[in-house]
Amino acid sequence: MRTIVVLIMLLTSALSHAAAEGDTAPPFTLPNLDKSATYSLATGKVIYLDFWASWCAPCRVSFPEVIALQNDLGSDRFEVIAVTVDENPAAARRFLRHYDVPYQILSDPDGVVAEQYALPGMPTSFVIDQEGSVSLRHSGFKSGDMTSIRRRIHQLLETAL
Amino acid sequence: MKVKLVTSLCVVCLLSLAACETVQPWERGTLAKPEMQLSEGLDSPLYHQVYDSKEASSGGSGAAGAGCGCN
Repeated sequence: MRTIVVLIMLLTSALSHAAAEGDTAPPFTLPNLDKSATYSLATGKVIYLDFWASWCAPCRVSFPEVIALQNDLGSDRFEVIAVTVDENPAAARRFLRHYDVPYQILSDPDGVVAEQYALPGMPTSFVIDQEGSVSLRHSGFKSGDMTSIRRRIHQLLETAL
Repeated sequence: MKVKLVTSLCVVCLLSLAACETVQPWERGTLAKPEMQLSEGLDSPLYHQVYDSKEASSGGSGAAGAGCGCN
């Protein structure tokens, strides 16, 4: 009986491991949608890592706001990295036709990196500081959520000055 | 006898637990596929064929179309 309890505890602890605030962001390398280049997570800039999918309705709310975020802050000290978990890259491309995206779109069709980051929902985004630590994790998206995200990014950019 | 029965029940319970599958948030696109829908899934063509032959007409059972595409 004790063995069964220990086994169940081990299983649940393995499932609950997530990239929490303060943790080092799990490193990854992913190809872009066209598989013409790969991107590896690097330190030095504040990164907004955004996991999205074409079938995710709140992603349609978040996308214009994330695009505005990148356009407002520029790319010298800040970078948006968007990772689509669409199994079919064509579905992601159809979604992207509606937007003029100024940042990289990476593809994670098997959900390998999504699993590393243990996403609690879709979309989920992470603000990663210049040292590579998760500063903020945001799950879901509704109008107005970008205010607190912008505030945190500004704090990180100001502390680096 | 009683111990064997309890053990068998436990084994059955553990095996049925193993059959449960958690759909992760990033895998939910699979649930959005047409073949995963309860009402408009694989039974739908058969249902529509029976409906159409009973009513002696076909069509009109889908969503409104044409125009701005906003319906």
